[in-house]
Amino acid sequence: MLISMNWIGDFVDLSGLDLEKLIRRFTLSTAEVEEVFHMGEDLRDVVAGKIVSMEKHPDSKKLHLLKVDAGDKLYDVVCGAPNAREGIIVPFVKEGGMVMGQEIGCAVLAGCESHGMCCSERELGISADHSGLMELPEDTPIGKDMCELFAIKDTVFEVDNKSLTNRPDLWGHYGIAREFAALTGRELKPLETVELSAFSSLPPIEITVEDTELCYRYSGLKVRNIQKKVSPVDMRIRLFYCGSRAINLLADLTNYLMMEMGQPMHAFDCAKVDKIEVKRFSQPFTFTTLDGMERKVDENTLMICSGGKPVAVAGIMGGLESEIEDGTDSLLLESANFDGVSVRRSATRLGMRTDASMRYEKTLDPEMTVPAIGRFMKLLLDIDPGAQVISQLTDVYVKRYPEIELQFDKAYVDRYTGIEIEDGRILETLGALGFGARQEGDVFTVRVPSWRATKDVTIKADIIEEITRIYGYDNFAVSTTLSPLYPKKKSPGNKADNFAKDILVQRYRLHEVHSYIWFDRKKCKELGIEMEKGVRLVNAQTPDHEVIRTNMGPTLLSFVLENKPFGADFGIFEIGRVCEGLGEDGLCKERKKLGLALYSRTRSEKELYFELMDILRTLGAEIKRARFALKNREPAHSWQHPRNTASVSYEGKELGWLCAVHPAVLSKIDKKAAVVCAQLDMDDFAAIPAADALYREPSKFPGIDIDLSLQLPEGMTFGAMEPAWADVDPEKLTGVTLIDSFEQAGLKSLTLRFAFSSQEKTLSKEEVQPWVDGIVEKLAQKGVGLRG
Amino acid sequence: MKEKIDALREQFSRELSGAGTSEAVEKLRVAYLGKKGSVTALLKGLKEVGAEQKKEMGQHINQLKRQVEEKLSEQVEAIRAAEEQRQVEAAEQYDVTLPTGGAVGSYHPITVVQRQLEEIFASMGFTIEDYKEIVTDYQCFEAVNIPKDHPARDMQDTYYLENGQLLKTHTSAAQNAIMKKYGAPLRAVFPGRCFRNEALDASHENTFFQMEGMMIDKNISISNLIYFMKTMLSEVFERDINVRLRPGFFPFVEPGFELDISCTLCGGEGCSTCKGSGWIELCPCGMIHHNVLRAGGIDPEEYTGFAFGLGLTRLVMMKYGVGDIRDLNSGNLKALSQFTHE
Repeated sequence: MLISMNWIGDFVDLSGLDLEKLIRRFTLSTAEVEEVFHMGEDLRDVVAGKIVSMEKHPDSKKLHLLKVDAGDKLYDVVCGAPNAREGIIVPFVKEGGMVMGQEIGCAVLAGCESHGMCCSERELGISADHSGLMELPEDTPIGKDMCELFAIKDTVFEVDNKSLTNRPDLWGHYGIAREFAALTGRELKPLETVELSAFSSLPPIEITVEDTELCYRYSGLKVRNIQKKVSPVDMRIRLFYCGSRAINLLADLTNYLMMEMGQPMHAFDCAKVDKIEVKRFSQPFTFTTLDGMERKVDENTLMICSGGKPVAVAGIMGGLESEIEDGTDSLLLESANFDGVSVRRSATRLGMRTDASMRYEKTLDPEMTVPAIGRFMKLLLDIDPGAQVISQLTDVYVKRYPEIELQFDKAYVDRYTGIEIEDGRILETLGALGFGARQEGDVFTVRVPSWRATKDVTIKADIIEEITRIYGYDNFAVSTTLSPLYPKKKSPGNKADNFAKDILVQRYRLHEVHSYIWFDRKKCKELGIEMEKGVRLVNAQTPDHEVIRTNMGPTLLSFVLENKPFGADFGIFEIGRVCEGLGEDGLCKERKKLGLALYSRTRSEKELYFELMDILRTLGAEIKRARFALKNREPAHSWQHPRNTASVSYEGKELGWLCAVHPAVLSKIDKKAAVVCAQLDMDDFAAIPAADALYREPSKFPGIDIDLSLQLPEGMTFGAMEPAWADVDPEKLTGVTLIDSFEQAGLKSLTLRFAFSSQEKTLSKEEVQPWVDGIVEKLAQKGVGLRG
Repeated sequence: MKEKIDALREQFSRELSGAGTSEAVEKLRVAYLGKKGSVTALLKGLKEVGAEQKKEMGQHINQLKRQVEEKLSEQVEAIRAAEEQRQVEAAEQYDVTLPTGGAVGSYHPITVVQRQLEEIFASMGFTIEDYKEIVTDYQCFEAVNIPKDHPARDMQDTYYLENGQLLKTHTSAAQNAIMKKYGAPLRAVFPGRCFRNEALDASHENTFFQMEGMMIDKNISISNLIYFMKTMLSEVFERDINVRLRPGFFPFVEPGFELDISCTLCGGEGCSTCKGSGWIELCPCGMIHHNVLRAGGIDPEEYTGFAFGLGLTRLVMMKYGVGDIRDLNSGNLKALSQFTHE
């Protein structure tokens, strides 16, 4: 929203103050100022000039040769304006002067010299009108500087609308002026209005509010015999500076009033609308708004009607049919208050957010409707004294907001602010902002003014804000809290995540990535993966992103595909969320998962697979001292390898999986490369209680290693052989490691090293032999033989 | 006898000078000092020497023996030194300027900055909490004083799920649960992924990170809030940061503030980054609204507190000069692999 300091000056005298500094103060105390404009700064030597003679240009059909009296002398001017004619007074920039920031020198137009320029309103920067020269009244003193004739020089600033969301009172200049008054300690002048009780003997307007839910108040007044059509220049300048466009006097006045008081108004042509009903329709229908657009209006939209016929969308826009036209000389003035939420929703549905609806949706003060009519009449009568009020003020006040009175003590203020603000200062600030504040002992009682009581100020803390923002946060003495420190807890989830990331990045040189919580249909398609079913978003940006991912696989595989140019061998991981369907309570089963994928053009799939196994086991062992069990299983997803998919579990609970990629998907990624991936449930993983590390005294005696080279029958696994040495005293058999493995003629061979030691003595070969024999015997029962 | 000794000495000298390897020297040692060596033989021959000469000859032979031993040791030492010298000279001198090292892993930059922040907060006594991404309407809105019809719900374009849940639009969605979990007093930060339904461009993402913090205790004041924000942000940016508060409207706080920091680029002089103002809008904060405390089971008459929300993604972009926000969720390792350590 744009604010004119000239306009503010109508209500609070800011003379002698540094406006720039004041506007910065406004940012810190009230709302963010985005930009400050200095209007009229780019004008120099522009005066009222009279065209004393006009001749045709000898070589141009469009151009004329003028003599302009600028007070000091006559200037020869070449001019192409269509309305240029002898006798009119126009803004004239002398040679060497400036308009629109450009210096006007002597120009030669079609062979004739021009020593100045007659200007349009646009060239003066006071409107968008460039249809012709601006024509000044006949009694304008010749040679008078335009900036003295009109309020062209102004400081205008733009407030971020978002920062006014919760301040319905700041959507007009008067409310902003109140802030400046409070900030400077100067007086806020009352609005000059017409005393409306003077018209109470006139007949009322027939106003029927049928919808008492959405219409809070409807006030109206009828006026006739309005002769003036064009608004005064200064008023048009203000409208223009504040982002509006002058149309005609009545439309301009309603706009002006809205910008001044924040109260949207609507002027109906009294010839077309002479009574009012406020209601919703039970059936949708089509309605043509002022902007000429046909709009579908539904049964939730509050309408203003006259004699049953809709004439305006309440609080948003009038209808084309009842529009004020140039010939209109009588009007029915609407000053009303509607439910903010309803206006907002209707505006959204209709796709037209207007200046009026934007204000209504902030929940305007209904107390404002009548003073706004009084102010409107004051402005109208000042401009057009012949205008005649022909109805009494008719005011249907349906819903009032309750008065709010808040009580608090000084200790509360001190505690909440952490600084000492004097009682007098508190009362003074609240008073300046229109809060009725009184103090009895230590207790303050504050009555919230109607313009702050619609939703904005409801609790004690709101009053604290009023006091402190005017006090200025940059004037606060800052201090640390005196509250004691307590031991901090770190959630196990956070700890496990961080630990896992360190292991993956630092030990396994993987890269951490982030992605999205949904499957990407296009990317799945590229991988030849059919999108799995999952919980859907109802308002995704694109249908391609509407399914919440159920696992990390497809996301990571598509990243692998996209990163092929990055390198011949890399691994990635993400700790992210998935949704494993809905629970019995109807809520999403959200899980935090670690997803991993390895890609290599230089290593075999088997090597990658074993690295992945190592990674998973390491995470378990390092973070939780847990020994994960890996077990082949049927794939759960179409892109997993039918043979090489395995579950990862701990103490019977499945925590995740690892897999090679199905050849069909692999061929989409890279036929010549190997890709493996895995997933670990970080919620379950974090919940595993980490066993304390047990210290084991190192034996003082040398141990003895026995290597066994084993020939495995088909289908035999290491895991299946483990029982063979399970009952050897672990105090003695301290480790079994894989030394070598190879395959010959389709038969698998493994060399295992059995490490024996004792805390009491040096073990001899003879002493361990019985254990070894026992192992060999049990292995033989499983068909595992010693290799020759 | 004396002649024999002298002749043997000379012979040894000759033979020693010809012994160029440690093996040859060892042979000499055996040949002279071994059981059947010539010097040993001389000593044995003393028996036949007359008693008057025996002492003198014995001394001569022993002297010879010592000389042989010494010379042999010297020769061994010399040969070893020569050998070592040869090895040193033969050694390749490595090119220490050659590039080394293979691939290293990398952290996502969000992780890097998140950890820095967590460390700072942990040092100030804050608990670090983790929270869900799919939440209920109550958690995201109602519990933080954003009732239905509130304009704040229009401000945020929310992703809704078919079961009525939603993707959290702000980390504030965790406030209620954390208050209920710990009660007051409380100091907690909770980083998290947030979602807003908007079209992507270089500065807009639908998926981004925030880090929110709360401090609740008896007598927590606005003054404390300013102090903590200033201290914390100075740590984050590793220099003394000026902060200023402006009124800001957020339903979950009252009063609410927009916090600006002195521009990190120009230091407050005014530049293109801060649009000449010298200030950068950084994070919303405020005193926790009493409805929010109450919903979290904390008595607002007894306790007060402040809350703040840091745009983690934005901080990462500021810190590393990331120009296009989409890089962060792109999975593009050419971009992400640069963040190799904290």
